Amino acid sequence: MRRTGQKAVSKALFLQDWYETEMSWLSKVRNSISSLAKRDTPDNLWMKCPSCGEMLFAKDFEANLSVCPNCQHHGRIRTKTRFDLLLDDGYSVLPTPKVPENPLNFRDTKKYPDRLKAARAANPYPDALTNAAGTIDGRKAVLGVQDFAFMGGSMGMAVGEAFVAGVEKAVADNCAYIICTAAGGARMQEGILSLMQMPKTTVATRRLAAAGLPYIVVLTDPTTGGVTASYAMLGDVQIAEPGALIGFAGQRVIQDTIREKLPDGFQRAEYLHAHGMVDMVVHRKDLKGTLATLLGYLERKEVA
Amino acid sequence: MISFLDFEKPIAELEARIAELRATADGSDLDIDGEIGRLEKKSAAMLAATYAKLTPWQKTQVARHPQRPHFLDYIRLAFTDFVPLAGDRTYGEDAAIIGGFATLDGRKVMVMGHEKGHDTPSRIKHNFGSAKPEGYRKAIRLMEMASKFGLPVVTLVDTAGAFPGVEAEERGQAEAIARSTEACLALGVPMVSAIVGEGGSGGAIAIAAANTVLMLEHSVYSVISPEGASSILWRTADKAADAATAMKVTAQDLLALNVIESIVPEPNGGAHRDPAATARTLAEAIGRELDALSGRSAAELVRQREERFLAIGSL
Repeated sequence: MRRTGQKAVSKALFLQDWYETEMSWLSKVRNSISSLAKRDTPDNLWMKCPSCGEMLFAKDFEANLSVCPNCQHHGRIRTKTRFDLLLDDGYSVLPTPKVPENPLNFRDTKKYPDRLKAARAANPYPDALTNAAGTIDGRKAVLGVQDFAFMGGSMGMAVGEAFVAGVEKAVADNCAYIICTAAGGARMQEGILSLMQMPKTTVATRRLAAAGLPYIVVLTDPTTGGVTASYAMLGDVQIAEPGALIGFAGQRVIQDTIREKLPDGFQRAEYLHAHGMVDMVVHRKDLKGTLATLLGYLERKEVA
Repeated sequence: MISFLDFEKPIAELEARIAELRATADGSDLDIDGEIGRLEKKSAAMLAATYAKLTPWQKTQVARHPQRPHFLDYIRLAFTDFVPLAGDRTYGEDAAIIGGFATLDGRKVMVMGHEKGHDTPSRIKHNFGSAKPEGYRKAIRLMEMASKFGLPVVTLVDTAGAFPGVEAEERGQAEAIARSTEACLALGVPMVSAIVGEGGSGGAIAIAAANTVLMLEHSVYSVISPEGASSILWRTADKAADAATAMKVTAQDLLALNVIESIVPEPNGGAHRDPAATARTLAEAIGRELDALSGRSAAELVRQREERFLAIGSL
């Protein structure tokens, strides 16, 4: 299973590619039904780092926070892993708000409700953004995590509404909101309603700011399209994981526009840092400590 | 001379016949005025019938018609005393978004919008209406100034999308769009947006997070172009028409989805057949919406705008 997942990771994923990713997920799920026995075969014990090609013991890779010990390539991780990594024990996962389903009655080669059903069957949470309330080294925070494995992390009404709910919880608890972004962009099956989640989530970040509370964005691989062009770029502090693909337009689209080779490292975390778009690129093992330090500085001082 | 779209072929043929008859009539003393009048009536009826039932894909083509009036046409036809303001004070001047002070039937406003250009040199100058970060940062600057001096903001949206290029990414296209959307939401003055052609994704919403959003009758507004959706979802380039239908991109669809407040009618056969009449109807519609919002406090305006967007996708 890991290997298939890592194959998907190795690809540069853009807005255009989320569908393909979803497909690989579906086939992965389909395979997993009969593959429980297969799981312990030597074939799945080992994986190849998609970045440096090093053969890794899958369990070691996972124990190393899905970071390649050889080249430090950061693999994608799931929502619960992210919660466990960043929050102290005893956090509580918040319910995902319900939203209207399929108001466009959308179908492409498949009905949208069927895609949703398949994504839900393959994922522990009902849509691509899940919040948890807890503490980070003892400091209160609400943490939102977007999961690329759920329809490419795409932002539809459920993601927009969950984002707003997470911020509302932070305002109610008088604490920071931290979002770990991962998305190919807006969810096309929701058409214009997905586009409208850009201003909607921005209303939420403004309310958090009005309450004087910190908003921290952790950009993870990949964050592109309408998500980048809304809440993912509005943090008080912007953090990116090493090597994460972060951008507005997809590389294929840009390639088609300029018809020349893209610069080395284009749209990667380090490139964004060099161009002034993020404050820091932080290794996954240092992420929790960094967030705790930032929260310490961003606490509201009582005005005398 | 109007250039006809593919689906207007029967009308084009009829118009050609009328022109032919006219030329014949000019050179002779035959009285064929009656026949010309009859054919003209028939042509107008055909046009009305065709435009009454345009498919979403046909509407997309009308919205992109090269002769469709663009921002500078509306400035000329609907506004007076336009004072263009340039530059983002950080990097440069982006002619894909034009803005400045203007007067709309006696109302002083800050107006801005995408300009696509009407011929090759002007299309290149305006980058086909696809703005770079400096365009959105200029929009932010003008919105903040409007708020400071109590000028209502009017935006005319007409873009295939924000520019997808290396330098746009380097200068923070995503951040510029996010901040521009934020600037709309922060305005302490009324804001009315009209989608006049193509409302292309993030590049459109960045200047359309308004109190009131209008759409011209044959304009389209979507999260991704029908061609883009076709290639991603259907994995083929030729399903754009299906994608346009599935995504619900028309003004009529968006009104039904409560994403816009009202539809501004276009002349028979689309805005490009009578830009002056289109501009007049649009000016009156925007004026009405501005009047409806005037007198509200800054806090009320911000609140109304916030609730408008929070409601989308909320049960």
